[in-house]
Amino acid sequence: MISKFQIAHKNLLRKKARTLLTLVGIILSSWVLVSLLGFNRGYEKALNRDIDNMGYQVMVMAKGCPYEAATMMLQGGAGLRYIEEDVAKSIETRPEVDKVTPILMQAFFDPNKGDGGGIAGYFGIDLATFPAMKPFLRFHKGGWFKDPTAAEAVMGYEAAELEQREVGDLILVPEKNVQLQVVGILERTGTQDDGTIFVPLKTLQKISALDKITTIGIKVKKDADITKLEAALYQLPDMQVVSFSQVKQTILKLIATARVMVLSIAVIALLIAMVGVVNTVLMSVLERKHEIGILKTMGAMPGDIFRLVWTETLILCACGGLAGIGLALGFARLSDLLVRRVLPYAPGGELVAIDVRLALLTLLIIVAVGLLSGMYPAWKAGRIRPLDSIRGEG
Amino acid sequence: MPGNGISLEAQGLTRIYGRGSEEVRALDGVSLQIRKGEFVSFMGPSGSGKTTLVNLLGCLENPTSGDLHLAGRHIFGHGQVLGERDLTRIRREVFGYIFQNFYLIPTLTVRENVALPLAFYTKPGADVEVEHILGKLGMEHRLDHLPGQISGGEMQRVAIARALVNRPEILLADEPTGNLDTTRTGEIGEILQELNRSTGLTILMVTHNPELGRLGGRHIEMRDGQAYET
Ligand SMILES: Nc1ncnc2c1ncn2[C@@H]1O[C@H](COP(=O)(O)OP(=O)(O)OP(=O)(O)O)[C@@H](O)[C@H]1O
Ligand SMILES: [Mg+2]
Repeated sequence: MISKFQIAHKNLLRKKARTLLTLVGIILSSWVLVSLLGFNRGYEKALNRDIDNMGYQVMVMAKGCPYEAATMMLQGGAGLRYIEEDVAKSIETRPEVDKVTPILMQAFFDPNKGDGGGIAGYFGIDLATFPAMKPFLRFHKGGWFKDPTAAEAVMGYEAAELEQREVGDLILVPEKNVQLQVVGILERTGTQDDGTIFVPLKTLQKISALDKITTIGIKVKKDADITKLEAALYQLPDMQVVSFSQVKQTILKLIATARVMVLSIAVIALLIAMVGVVNTVLMSVLERKHEIGILKTMGAMPGDIFRLVWTETLILCACGGLAGIGLALGFARLSDLLVRRVLPYAPGGELVAIDVRLALLTLLIIVAVGLLSGMYPAWKAGRIRPLDSIRGEG
Repeated sequence: MPGNGISLEAQGLTRIYGRGSEEVRALDGVSLQIRKGEFVSFMGPSGSGKTTLVNLLGCLENPTSGDLHLAGRHIFGHGQVLGERDLTRIRREVFGYIFQNFYLIPTLTVRENVALPLAFYTKPGADVEVEHILGKLGMEHRLDHLPGQISGGEMQRVAIARALVNRPEILLADEPTGNLDTTRTGEIGEILQELNRSTGLTILMVTHNPELGRLGGRHIEMRDGQAYET
């Protein structure tokens, strides 16, 4: 005995090249679709994780002070303004505030870094409060400084890798000619911390001949009213308030256009695959007019023929969809890299997040689209009459 | 015997094809009766309406006018036109068809081709043992061959086997040997005659081959859309 499924399947193997080309189309579009859907979800997740990994939800700094270390480094530390350490103490007394930590950001020009020199970013941190605010930081090797004035440094994973330092090695602070001993190297976090060198606040203040700070990180109490706190902070003279929930909104807004684009591309890819499927199946129906007519003389109902042709589309789309999703999973890192290149801001970690649910959803979409595109050829095939095939041929 | 041994009864069957504004009267009021178990051969010049007639008798299409009764049951007539589903229902209960071009599915083996009708419809009492039918037609050694790997005569045997799986009452053969040489034609003719004799299968066969035509117990000569008994 032979089933309709076998008939459909064997027919697809008849024109192998054509079936393969159509499959490639479906594979590519399902690959694109699942990757883009994965990106749509992964990006926000990664952004959230990035912001959570800051440890603080609000940052206060002097007006004119660039709040991103990257920007600060690009400007070579120029234009940095400073805040008195007391400000941190006064903020800590507010009811919404859980913890505060004072930070001094400094950037020094290192002529030996990269081609023609580069900027080394140093964070002076308070041993008593900073690690407590970032309990998720893990050490690859070593640990925090012995005491708040030690001539020691903790390096972010990438900073250590770049400078090729191990725990126990010495590093030279550029411009200042001060030596610090590396006591710890952090695990990779996927954030800016990876490229930073942490030094005790007092030590960095001494090196820079300053008694001020640049930044205050504020951890807000659970369920506290952040907006109220922000409003109060804005009253501080010459201060700039950065709230990460705002930053997140801004970034998401920036990225919204990109996401719409990304989804349009997915839809277009899907449409192209759909046209391919219609074309292939319709062609194979027209080529088989005689055979289909003869199936009708054997007792096949129009609905039988419809299902037969529909099954062919289903097989094509299910196989193509599965293969595409498999490729997307296999090459997720590659898509990650590609996406990173075109984005204005890319958080660390996995940007293209594909899980089982998303894979199933994609497969469902592909199969649904396939069945939709199979409808016209299948309907057309169902309408072929026996005589259309038997009559009029040489 | 339903219908008093009369299998098919046609009255004034007419089929007109419109070719633009010009009308072609392919079949012009043919009336005839075919009894159960008859082997009827239809002969006549090309374009005389043989195919048109057997297609109407075989319920492959609707006539322009005229009546057709099948085993006493009224099929065509009174201006009513049957839809494809109704025609299919009649065809699969009553008819088996073979054609000049065998129309085997090239991707399926001999065995699968013969079993194909069963994928759509299995009549109670169908011959589901396709090897058995193929064996009787001398094809037991080609069961797993593809149509492209067997000869024309063998292909027509496969097509006959396929037409027989659902045990039709009437076999309709439109120029079954049109693509075969004399030897193969003779073999197919013998098979048809044997089927008619041993199983009482009613056969309606169109042919241009006079020797094959002589096999039938009854001969109908077609000319200009009209049928003449000879
Ligand atoms: N679908 C059609 N449309 C228009 N004219 C048709 C159609 N089918 C058949 N005819 C015409 O009807 C007439 C009878 O055709 P038919 O096929 O019945 O002849 P035939 O006796 O079977 O001929 P042959 O021996 O060549 O097979 C011919 O003139 C043919 O051109
Ligand atoms: Mg003919």
